Amino acid sequence: MSETVEIEVKGLNFHYAGDIHALKEIDLTIHKNAVTALIGPSGCGKTTLLRCFNRMHDLYPKNRYEGEIYFQGSNILSKETDLIDLRSRIGMVFQKPTPFPMSIFDNIAYGLKLKGVSRRSDLAEGVEKALMHAALWDEVKDKLGASAYELSGGQQQRLVIARALAVNPEVLLFDEPTSALDPISTAKIEELATTLKKEITIVIVTHNMQQAARISDWTGFLMLGELIEFGRTDKIFTSPSEKLTEDYVTGRFG
Amino acid sequence: MTVFDEELQHLKEKLLRMGSLVEDAIKNSVLSLVERDNDLARRIIDDDRLVNTLDVEIDEESIRLIALRQPKAGDLRFITMAMKITTDLERMGDLAVNIAERALELNQEPILKPYIDIPKMREIAQGMTRDALDAFVRKDKKLAMDVIMRDDEVDDLKHSVLQELAFFMVQDPTTVTRAMKISFVAQYLERVADHATNIAEMVIYLIEGKIIRHMALPPENM
Repeated sequence: MSETVEIEVKGLNFHYAGDIHALKEIDLTIHKNAVTALIGPSGCGKTTLLRCFNRMHDLYPKNRYEGEIYFQGSNILSKETDLIDLRSRIGMVFQKPTPFPMSIFDNIAYGLKLKGVSRRSDLAEGVEKALMHAALWDEVKDKLGASAYELSGGQQQRLVIARALAVNPEVLLFDEPTSALDPISTAKIEELATTLKKEITIVIVTHNMQQAARISDWTGFLMLGELIEFGRTDKIFTSPSEKLTEDYVTGRFG
Repeated sequence: MTVFDEELQHLKEKLLRMGSLVEDAIKNSVLSLVERDNDLARRIIDDDRLVNTLDVEIDEESIRLIALRQPKAGDLRFITMAMKITTDLERMGDLAVNIAERALELNQEPILKPYIDIPKMREIAQGMTRDALDAFVRKDKKLAMDVIMRDDEVDDLKHSVLQELAFFMVQDPTTVTRAMKISFVAQYLERVADHATNIAEMVIYLIEGKIIRHMALPPENM
């Protein structure tokens, strides 16, 4: 488990349009080559925080960030940040699989083409590599031309992960990636997350506390927009320092 | 109170019931020796079944809770410690049985000498047992530390008992069998105190989340 810093959040406040103060003075370190889980009751701000990491909130102009999020030395909240570049370096996987209405091959090739890859053989190589990476290759190698919609939910989710991986991101954000999947598909995604951390950094939002315990190295517990406790996952689940964390992880509220 | 809280409470009550049975067994085992009460000794040996049954029940219940409830944090520490404490209590119950067995043997023979240090050891070891369990129930760290500190007194008493008995054996070889049996009793009581110390250490873990076993001295700041 690496101690190197990937993302450093300093004094982050976030307001949704209409002045809802969704994140309050968040200080947090995301460690490189590790899985960090964000947990907390509904409405605590965990997804809001996740979406700050690749500026998803910019889709609504009245949303407002304060503070800093340093990613490899530069503040991604600054006006100069190139959002297209940022989102290819910090990718996002959503709760429901979001394949594009095209073939399996084209789903992956899409991002590569955006990055300027055009030779057919380079595309094929990139697609294979990404699918191998996402542990989907063996299941789809014989039907790359088939529509992505023919895949099962779990396969679609791994396809989406492959699509994100194809453009070589440094960080992947998972927003409840398995809440719509069956236990076997869930286990595959979890296994994938633990394998992928050798190469990339993962931040995952999950409602499933057992999932956080199983796959993460670090856990942050949020409540009402505040980061109550952040620490090693084993510490959080065996002897948390804060009473609120204890109450939440033992199911006494939330 | 949730259903899970009730289950935890139930587990705690079982553990306490087991603890009080064991505490009584320790007290009565020494009493059966000092007062040469064979009936009492036999009852202790017989009643150990109850302790063993509780030992199994507590383990089964703990395993079930781990599987079905996936306990975390304080709940996890409580359940895992319950499983460990029950092992120590069960051993303490066996030691009381061993004392009762030696009592039955010694009660057949003339008294070698009045029992003075053995009842003292019993008093301290039994007090440690009671306090370790009290500390567990009340989550009282100070009391748990106090139990740990008292272990040395029992060790010291054991050494003086063994020394005295060695003296008897050297003086008069006809005392050897009895003296050895009494020295076994001293060893058993010393082991009882060790198990009580283990329980106290688990209480510290339960409260603090820190394992202090195998440390030369308990940490200053605790």
